[in-house]
Amino acid sequence: MSSVAQKRSFGATVWDWMTTVDHKKIGILYLLGGLFFFVLGGIEALIIRLQLLKPNNDLVSAGLFNELITMHGTTMIFLAAMPILFGLMNAIMPLQIGARDVAFPFINSLGLWMFIFGGIFLNLSWFFGQVPDAGWTSYTSLAITSEGHGIDFYAIGLQIAGGGTLMAGINFLVTIINMRAPGMTYMRMPLFTWTTFVASALILFAFPPLTIGLFMLTFDRLFGGNFFDHTMGGNTIIWEHIFWIFGHPEVYILILPAFGIFSEVFPIFARKRLFGYASMVFATVLIGFLGFMVWAHHMFTVGLGPTANAIFAVATMAIAVPTGVKIFNWLLTIWGGSIKVTVPMLYALGFIPSFVMGGVTGIMQGAAPLDYQLHDSYFIVAHFHYVIVGGVVLGIFSGMTLWWPKMFGVMLSETLGKWTFWFFFIGFHLTFLIQHWLGFWGMPRRVWTYMDGQGWNSANFISTIGAMLMGIGVIIFLINVIKSHVQKKPVPNDPWGDGRTLEWAIPSPPPFYNFAQTPLVRGLDSVWIEKQEGNESGLTPAEPVQDIHMPNGSIIPFLMTLGIFVAGFGAMYRLETSWGLPVLVLGLFFTFATMSARSLKDDLGFYVKKEQVLKDLKEKGGKI
Amino acid sequence: MDLNKKFTPETWPANPERATLEAKNKFVGFWLFIAGEVILFSTLFGVYIALKDKGISGPEFSAQELYELPLVFVMTMLLLTSSLTSVFAMYHMKNYNFKKMQIWLSVTAFLGLGFLMLEVYEFAHYAQLGFTYNNSAFSSAFFTLVGTHGFHVAIGLVWITLLIFRNAKRGLNLYNATKYYTFSLYWHFIDVVWVFIFTVVYLMGVVG
Amino acid sequence: MKRLKNWRLFSLLAALTVFLAGCGQEELSTLLPAGQVGQDQFNLLLLSSAIMLLVIIVVVIIYLISLVRFRRSKVGEDHMPEQVEGSHTLELIWTTIPIILVLILAVPTVYYTYKLGDVTAMGAVDEDGNAENLVVDVTAKLYWWEFEYPDLGIVTAQELVVPMDEKVYFNLLAADVKHSFWIPAVGGKLDTNVENVNKFYLTFEKDSKNLKDGVFYGKCAELCGPSHALMDFKVKTMPRAEFDQWVVAMQATDGQMADADATDGEALFAQSCIGCHAVSGVGTTGAAGPNLATFGDRNRVAGYMDHTEESIKEWIKDTQKYKPGNTMPSFPQYSEAELDALAVYLMGLKVEE
Repeated sequence: MSSVAQKRSFGATVWDWMTTVDHKKIGILYLLGGLFFFVLGGIEALIIRLQLLKPNNDLVSAGLFNELITMHGTTMIFLAAMPILFGLMNAIMPLQIGARDVAFPFINSLGLWMFIFGGIFLNLSWFFGQVPDAGWTSYTSLAITSEGHGIDFYAIGLQIAGGGTLMAGINFLVTIINMRAPGMTYMRMPLFTWTTFVASALILFAFPPLTIGLFMLTFDRLFGGNFFDHTMGGNTIIWEHIFWIFGHPEVYILILPAFGIFSEVFPIFARKRLFGYASMVFATVLIGFLGFMVWAHHMFTVGLGPTANAIFAVATMAIAVPTGVKIFNWLLTIWGGSIKVTVPMLYALGFIPSFVMGGVTGIMQGAAPLDYQLHDSYFIVAHFHYVIVGGVVLGIFSGMTLWWPKMFGVMLSETLGKWTFWFFFIGFHLTFLIQHWLGFWGMPRRVWTYMDGQGWNSANFISTIGAMLMGIGVIIFLINVIKSHVQKKPVPNDPWGDGRTLEWAIPSPPPFYNFAQTPLVRGLDSVWIEKQEGNESGLTPAEPVQDIHMPNGSIIPFLMTLGIFVAGFGAMYRLETSWGLPVLVLGLFFTFATMSARSLKDDLGFYVKKEQVLKDLKEKGGKI
Repeated sequence: MDLNKKFTPETWPANPERATLEAKNKFVGFWLFIAGEVILFSTLFGVYIALKDKGISGPEFSAQELYELPLVFVMTMLLLTSSLTSVFAMYHMKNYNFKKMQIWLSVTAFLGLGFLMLEVYEFAHYAQLGFTYNNSAFSSAFFTLVGTHGFHVAIGLVWITLLIFRNAKRGLNLYNATKYYTFSLYWHFIDVVWVFIFTVVYLMGVVG
Repeated sequence: MKRLKNWRLFSLLAALTVFLAGCGQEELSTLLPAGQVGQDQFNLLLLSSAIMLLVIIVVVIIYLISLVRFRRSKVGEDHMPEQVEGSHTLELIWTTIPIILVLILAVPTVYYTYKLGDVTAMGAVDEDGNAENLVVDVTAKLYWWEFEYPDLGIVTAQELVVPMDEKVYFNLLAADVKHSFWIPAVGGKLDTNVENVNKFYLTFEKDSKNLKDGVFYGKCAELCGPSHALMDFKVKTMPRAEFDQWVVAMQATDGQMADADATDGEALFAQSCIGCHAVSGVGTTGAAGPNLATFGDRNRVAGYMDHTEESIKEWIKDTQKYKPGNTMPSFPQYSEAELDALAVYLMGLKVEE
């Protein structure tokens, strides 16, 4: 926990990362974990596309294909996109509001380990040869009858990871409510912080239904429940409702932080204040709110009746309005600015046309009668990849390159970054643009093969080529990361030169206590204001240099999650083995024991002495 | 924060549960957690309402025939009273009267325990009649909703027992005041959920 | 910058080519609607595409102009842009116009939602108590489709036969897991749920005789297991008079005997296949395997394989190889001669000339 760099043994380093409660380190772990699963999900995607390269292909079997699509979707949403965004939120959001850590460092670490163990649990299914195969939506008539333990891996793995997400959500909310620096009013918060706030609120309200849904699925499969067994009075439509009550806000949980990232990137690289800040905030909140009113547009073909369909259709279209406001605000931000096309900006510029495409096809599907044709066809595949890849993934790449120097103290190569962008961007459009037409031409989604003579061959071929280009882009990105970290050039506080928010006024990477003195915030784009007024440091301290209170690290989150992880296996094998039940009980008992240990042992944190802070400041050449 | 700092009823702050930043975080965080719990229980209520009386193997297992209102009434009284005693406990906490707070919390715990034992009896009774968890969609939904509430009660009991014993010797401070306070919030929440269960499940069940 | 511009031009060209190349194939494209329902949906597609294209054009124009005009290389390294807070007028404009656009789309959406969801005429009967409209009960099973005509007392499988130019009403149900009933060229899909019957109607206005294979293609649109991709069915449309003939022929299949050259196959079939597969078109839904009364008229084996005796034999020998997860057992014990006899018999099961 010392800020003095010293040589440590490998074991000590691992221990340090396992017990860390530092939001920046947890952010890095989230990011790296998410990137790992992103690559894994990407490989699954490539196999999917290779199987569909030509008609009647037999690269993978029908069963394996269903496992691949299920794991691709689940991995990308729950284990790649969300964790990477959490990584950025964790690392950056507290810096943006001038805080020294999040509100609950311990719970932050717990959330991280639940994500990691949940992800491992889910993916261990590959090694057990029983992989989830009912799609990432896991509709229950199929999920209940699916043989083996595949769906159990899905339900329990997501339950663990989902619990971690819920904790992260509450943590971010409290952090933003309670821990803003003096002067940082809500309407001075950077947009990335705002979107983190709204996304966290969505998590708080969207994940409990998922918890219940997964719980019922688990009980139906393993403990004799009858929620979804229609022969016993159950109803599979309940699952669809619950899944989408969670599932629709989930896509906003993903896209809003990406919006936040772009709202940071445009002003920095256009050297111009975000246009219409207040309306951007309002639009974010409105999108979050409306996000809960539209879940049934995923169920237009379920047979809910014309009245329900009509209401949800109109509600869905309403979301176009705040989203449109955002797009135009971004356009007007770069209008009249001074645009410098760096890699983060390149992603942001690529995002606008891509996301508009994804947005308008969303509206088309919001028109219920039209959706009867488009639903579950390749059109929907194209649509949600346009919003998720064209919105979320471009946002993630933009945010990662923007904040990589801040998080790691290492600048990524601009040249390689541009190569990544162009491969990824061109590949993306090549893959998914044509899929709209595949949908029009009658190709259903989730098909493991298709017959010759239906006019789908060349379109599928083009799509597969595009997917490979995206793959090349990601490989270049990984090379870029390795190369940059080997070279390891030191990075100044504000490597991009036009940083506007608080994180750009402290060292890269920041000391573990972030701010030697809590800053005083005097307006939106605090650092920019200070610099314009001639304060080169970009910060006005709100307090004298004094002792800083910091939390202690702890191994308990790791152990607590380990208990749940073990219990998950026990639950799964309870019926067919004799060790199942004892393992389930032991695992849960272990978790409760570690929880009690946490509760009984006082953890008051420690103080960084004033002298130490002064010494750090001197070394970094900062002024007091 | 100094755990050994001694307070008197005069120096004890008006809102001890929110006196420090850590405490304020816990306070806000716990309210948000309860918001999440509200959604969780709403989902369970929704499922219960949708599956009420669905798939039962005989008319004796319909909500109208099955439920034992007198027993449930006693349970309700126990839990409502325990909520009241936890209010007394918090009153004494705010006045820095550790001993009385501990006593009232113990009473709360005993009432909660009584509730839980009656619930276990109720479940066992239904199971004995043949209304087991896997009897029908209705039974699954019933046991899951009411059982999840019971599980919350059990967690609350373990929690308050740990708190009472852990702090028995050292008394109140600004560190554990928040813990006591959040427990009481939790307990009230459980109570409110039960009021809904009593109304939606039992009363509306028996009325039909 | 040059790169970017070139790419945009390229993509525009590519998009245009795709536009021109492609309305897809007549028997399964939603862009060539063969009935009023599909036409209504297609009109909605055109309307929404037009509105959306307008939005895209406006965005791209502003986007391109700012990209060209406000590059740092152009405005100068030291240029300090004016820090504009926002503009109420502009914000009002780009809130109001989208609302109007959305309303333009919302009105027909609601109208068509009710129009296409209207099944009140389904149970209507005329003075003699006969059903006024044709109703088909569709049951989706792993991985095949059963079509019962309850008012006509007949049942068929895999190939839906319907009269043209009238509303045909459907009752949809799944027997095992959820599927979804979709005939892209004729109209949008509706799910076949396991717990409730869904109702809707379609109209067929093109004679399938003129199509490539003489049929429209139907698809299962909901993931239902390994062979979801192979759960195709076909639709034959014909004028009402022809349809009535077909119905009569179907009703006459009860107790029909095979031709002389197929009696061996018939005997074999009666030994082991008849338990699951009926060869009489008279009956109701609920069979374990597809009804084969019209097998010889169909154009696919097992829903997707070429309609040849060779395919039939391959299929019977190893059903799991061709449709993994389906419920028909394989019959590897059959000799080549027995398989030939079965194939001949099956190909002879026809009601059409």
